[in-house]
Amino acid sequence: MTATTSPFAAVPSPGSDSATPMLELSHLTKRFTTKLDFAERLAKRLGAKVQEFDVHAVDDVSLTIAPGEVVGLVGESGCGKTTLGRMVAGITPPSSGELLYRGKSMAALPHDEARQAKLKIQMVFQDPMASLNPRLRVSEIIGEAPRVHGIVSRNEQTDYVASIMRKVGLDPAYAARFPHQFSGGQRQRIGIARALAVQPEFLVCDESVAALDVSIQAQIINLFMGLRRELGLTYLFISHDLGVVEHIADRAVIMYLGRVVEVAPSAELFTKPNHPYSRALLDEAPRVDTRKRTFAPIRGEIPSPLDPPAGCAFHPRCPLALPRCRSERPALREIAPGRLSACHLNDMQ
Amino acid sequence: MTRQEPVLEVEDLRTHFFTRGGVAKAVDGVSFTLRRGEILGLVGESGSGKSVTGMSVLGLIDAPGRIVGGAVRYRGEDLVTAGEKRLRQLRGRRIAMIFQDPMMTLNPVLSIETQMVETVLAHEKVSRKEARERSREALVRVGIPSPDERLAAYPHQFSGGMRQRVAIAIALLHRPDVIIADEPTTALDVTIQAQILFEMQKLCRETGTALVWITHDLAVVSGLADRIAVMYAGRIVEIGTAVEVIDGARHPYTHGLLGSVPSRNRRGEPLAQIPGMTPSLLNLPEGCAFRPRCPRATDACLALPPLSDGGHGWRCFNPQGAAA
Repeated sequence: MTATTSPFAAVPSPGSDSATPMLELSHLTKRFTTKLDFAERLAKRLGAKVQEFDVHAVDDVSLTIAPGEVVGLVGESGCGKTTLGRMVAGITPPSSGELLYRGKSMAALPHDEARQAKLKIQMVFQDPMASLNPRLRVSEIIGEAPRVHGIVSRNEQTDYVASIMRKVGLDPAYAARFPHQFSGGQRQRIGIARALAVQPEFLVCDESVAALDVSIQAQIINLFMGLRRELGLTYLFISHDLGVVEHIADRAVIMYLGRVVEVAPSAELFTKPNHPYSRALLDEAPRVDTRKRTFAPIRGEIPSPLDPPAGCAFHPRCPLALPRCRSERPALREIAPGRLSACHLNDMQ
Repeated sequence: MTRQEPVLEVEDLRTHFFTRGGVAKAVDGVSFTLRRGEILGLVGESGSGKSVTGMSVLGLIDAPGRIVGGAVRYRGEDLVTAGEKRLRQLRGRRIAMIFQDPMMTLNPVLSIETQMVETVLAHEKVSRKEARERSREALVRVGIPSPDERLAAYPHQFSGGMRQRVAIAIALLHRPDVIIADEPTTALDVTIQAQILFEMQKLCRETGTALVWITHDLAVVSGLADRIAVMYAGRIVEIGTAVEVIDGARHPYTHGLLGSVPSRNRRGEPLAQIPGMTPSLLNLPEGCAFRPRCPRATDACLALPPLSDGGHGWRCFNPQGAAA
C-alpha cells in the first residue's frame, strides 16, 4: 500500500465488488469461563461440587455485511451486542467460528495481511472520556496510529491530523489540547477522528451516541451519515436505542441473550416485526408521538446469561409461548426474502 | 383532572452556585405548580438545571450552592424559609425523592429490611413488626415477587431494575404527596423501563401522589406526563400540557429538541440539528440564553423574554407557529 498524504485516497468506492460481502461472521461464538481460585480448586480435589461455568456471551451468530451497508445491532444489556462488536473489531478473539473479511478468513491470513485487514475495521466507543488517553494531546491521539502504521510520515502528521479534524467538524487549532478540555460531543468527534485516521472501510460503533444529549446526539448521527456518503464507510451500529437504529440502519439485527432472534431490513422490521421479542421492544420503546398512554409492559426480568432458559431463551417472558418453546430451541430461519427470525410460531402458518 | 389546590408551588425559584469561576445561575426564576395526582415532566439537557430544581424543592442544596430567591410552597407552607428540623419531617414523609442510580442511594451493607424499617421508624412511632409489614406491602405494590425473601436480601443481590423498584418502594413507604424522580429509568433497559413507568403511572392514579419526573428524554415524558416543562440554561422556556408542548411547541428550543429526535425525521435523511453547544452557566449570553443558537433570534432577544401568560407558556419574542 502506498503511503499518501491525502486522507482516504485508499478507500475504494462502495459497491466496487458487491459480490463478496465486506464482512462475514460465520458461527461466531464467545464463551467466557469463570476460573476457579485456589481454594475452589482445592475443594474440588477434595470432592466438593465446584465447577467452572461458562457464559455464552455470543452464541453461534452468523451475519453478512455488504460493502457500504449500515447494519444496526439492537438488544438490551447482557445480550452480547458489545461482545459481538468487539469480536468484529478484532479486540476480543472468538471462542469458535470465524470472521471473513472480503471473503478471506481473518484467522488464516498471513501476519502482514491480517494486520492490514484489521486496520480496515475500526471501533468507536461509548464513553469518549474512558477511551481517550487523558494524558495525550489530541494531535497525538489522532496522529499516533497512522504514523505507527506508516500511513503518514512524522513530518506530514500535523497536516494529516488537521485534515482529519476538519473532516469530523473539529477546529484544527485545538490539536494541542487535551481531551478534558472538550465537551462530550467534541470528545466523541475525537474518538471518531482517531478511528478514521487509519483510513478504515468499516466502523464498529458501540453505543457511540448513547451518552450524548439529544441535540448533540443529532449532530453526531449526522456526522456518521455524512462520513458514510463521503467515504463509503460500512457500519455495524450497536445501540439500545431503537429510534437511532431505525433512522440510520439499512438492516437491523435484534439479539436476545447471546443469540440473534431477528434480522430484517429496517423499514420492514420497524413496521412489521416478526419475533415476539422484537414486537415487545418496539411496543415499549417510548416515542415522542404517543400521548398519555398506558404502559403495558412484558413481564419478567432479562434472564442471567449464566443460566439461560432451555429452548427459546425468550419463552419465560413471551406472551405467545407454546409448550414446544420450553424444550426446543428455534432456529434462525428465512421467513421472507432478506428476513430471518428465530421463532416456532413461524412454523404454524 | 379535578381542580384542586396545588400540592406544590414553586415560584420564581433561584438557586445559584458561588464558585471561584463566578456565579453559576443553575436555576434562575423557575415557577410551576403541581396538583394532586398530576405528573409533571421536567425536561432538559445536561446543565439545564432540572436536577438542581428538584434538589432545591427538598432543600438539598449544599455549599457553594444556595437558594437565593423565590419560594417553594408545600400545601401553602414555604420550604425555603423553613428550618432544617421541619424539612427533615417532610423529607421522605410528605415529599420523597428517587435518584437515577439506586446503587448510590441504597446502603450496600444493610439488608433491604433494615433500610426500609429504618425509614418507617424515622417518621412514625410504630412497632418494628408493623414497620416490617408496611415495608413488605410497599415491595408488593411495586411488583417485586416473593417480598418476604427479598426483604432479607442486600442491594447487590438485585438486578438494576429491581433495585430501582426498591428505591421507589422506599419512597412510597409513607405515601407521600409528592415524589420527585430524577432520571429514575435512564440507566434501565427498554422493557424494564416500561415496567417502572407502568408502576408509577398506576401509583399516581391510585394514591393521588403528584410526581415530578426529571428527564432528558422527551419520548418518556410525552407518554407519561400530564404537563411538560422544558428547561434551558436554568429557566423554563416552555410549559404546558403534553399535547400543547409536543404537538404545539412554540419555543425554538423545544422545536429543535423535537426535531432532533430520530423517529421524527425521515429515515436516512440528515437529522434537524440545533447548531452550537449548551452555553456554560458561568458565561450565559445576555437576554435569552438560547439566542446564539436560535434561528429566529432578533435584536429584541437581547432582553430576557418573559414567560407568556396562560396555561401554555413560552419564553420567546419570536415564537414559532404550532408544529405540524
